[in-house]
Amino acid sequence: MRRALTLALLALLVAFPHAAQHWGQMFYVSFATRIIIYALAVTSLNLILGFGGMVSFGHAAFFGAGAYTVGILMAEGAASVWLAWPLAVLVAALFSLVIGAVSLRTRGVYFIMITLAFAQMMYYLAVSMRAYGGEDGLTLPGRSRLGAGLELSNDVTFYYIALAVLAVALYLMRRLLDARFGQVIQAIRENETRMEAIGFPVYRYKLTCFVIAGAVAGLAGALIANQNSFVSPNLLQWTQSGTLMVMAILGGVGYLWGGVLGALVYLVLEEALSAYTVYWQLGVGVVLLAVVLCARQGLASVIARLIPAGSVPRG
Amino acid sequence: MVELLAVEGLYKHFGGVVATDRVDFAVAEGEIHALIGPNGAGKTTFVHQLAGALRPDSGRISFGGVEVTHTSFHERVRVGIARSYQITSIFRSHSVLDNVALAVLARSGSAFRFWRALARETALFDEASAIAAEVGLQTKLTQLAGRLPYGEQRRLEVALALATRPKLLLLDEPMAGMDPQAAHGIVELIAGLKGRVTVLLVEHDMDAVFKLADRISVLVSGRVIATGAPDEIRANGEVKRAYLGDEAAA
Repeated sequence: MRRALTLALLALLVAFPHAAQHWGQMFYVSFATRIIIYALAVTSLNLILGFGGMVSFGHAAFFGAGAYTVGILMAEGAASVWLAWPLAVLVAALFSLVIGAVSLRTRGVYFIMITLAFAQMMYYLAVSMRAYGGEDGLTLPGRSRLGAGLELSNDVTFYYIALAVLAVALYLMRRLLDARFGQVIQAIRENETRMEAIGFPVYRYKLTCFVIAGAVAGLAGALIANQNSFVSPNLLQWTQSGTLMVMAILGGVGYLWGGVLGALVYLVLEEALSAYTVYWQLGVGVVLLAVVLCARQGLASVIARLIPAGSVPRG
Repeated sequence: MVELLAVEGLYKHFGGVVATDRVDFAVAEGEIHALIGPNGAGKTTFVHQLAGALRPDSGRISFGGVEVTHTSFHERVRVGIARSYQITSIFRSHSVLDNVALAVLARSGSAFRFWRALARETALFDEASAIAAEVGLQTKLTQLAGRLPYGEQRRLEVALALATRPKLLLLDEPMAGMDPQAAHGIVELIAGLKGRVTVLLVEHDMDAVFKLADRISVLVSGRVIATGAPDEIRANGEVKRAYLGDEAAA
């Protein structure tokens, strides 16, 4: 049932740019790409927040690290996707390794505060990079170059690339969550002390999970830099971490589709409401309150209840 | 007597309170060794240090002739020391089978595997269900651990430690909070372990202790004041005074 729905959704998303083109609404292709990119970023946050139980308030640091890697490389004349994107992932992974290695020695509120502090340090680092726009940000000359006759500057092509990245990421995350590693991570969320007591090196698992999430956020950052053709310190600011977190909570913390749903609903609300008022955040706040009060586990939990799960058969 | 666990001069204090006061202590291979003592004697703190959850300030712990004083909590499980908790610590939203399977997984190679679904690793679950059967939970495999009656949660608590296949099992008040009938079931369970695994039993229930233990050590105010066979401990005047109160000794 779920697999059929997933495939139907995928078919719909593949057909979407053609429909938009047909009705001359190309704006929506670019808007959908933005949703897809945020969906990827929130999904990566959901891995540590929802499945690993690590409430990181600094996820924008890795998102921004990926974006700046692409931006700086492009400013220096290196525009190849095949260089810039893997490097964005690598840089974000390295930052998350260092930040995680320190932060994961703490628990609870201390963990929230220390991840926030690290992210703010990276924000000010970005502000201080005068050569790359400083506070004003850096406008990129174009999008990364993919080769093979494909032009990312074409919005439809870029949409498909982003969609493919998200689809692969979701599939890999599903595998990971069902495999040994994911099961261990989820058990650590439930009872960390007992996991240690039955012989798991808990810290190592949490750090690995943190780095995977950081790396994926870096990839999302590389995509957003291309999408906007612009990077600025705002990408790393704590409000950005907050937005990612709100999206995750809205969509469903600890649900595979939570990140996608959260990004979708948040950005559509933002788009729809900001047409009427500059105080659109008030509307988003009301919706968030309603969701948290009525469906504490987020929108994905409501959908999960409606659609029967196809659990992995034993044996 | 071959010593499996040897503790020398173990010392731990919290602020001004000395929780473990230069304890010398040994558990022989194959025995059931009970550790008794009044509330606040430092029994759980002592178990924490043996298991590696707490670092002693000084002293030495060796296991099977190898020093493990600075070996981390999870590494000690690999060496063969496993513990259960006085306050039940299980995976409440996992099924009984999944609970035990996690403990089996901990010792069956790396869990840094990202592709194959754990649910398909049949061997793991077969072994887990055999261990669940050992503690009498064979009919509860699919039940959520958090929904089990308290007595069965206590059995699962022991099963999690047992599933690590320890050489030394540290049981911290396995009968805590149980009614006499359920407690009797645990006594039988522990008796059944005899000869297969060495047990250090921390327990308040004196009937159980005297029934099960080969040797008993008495911990009072962080110090071991006596070690010996149950009869010796029963007859020991110092133990009576410290443990049972002055009136009992009179």
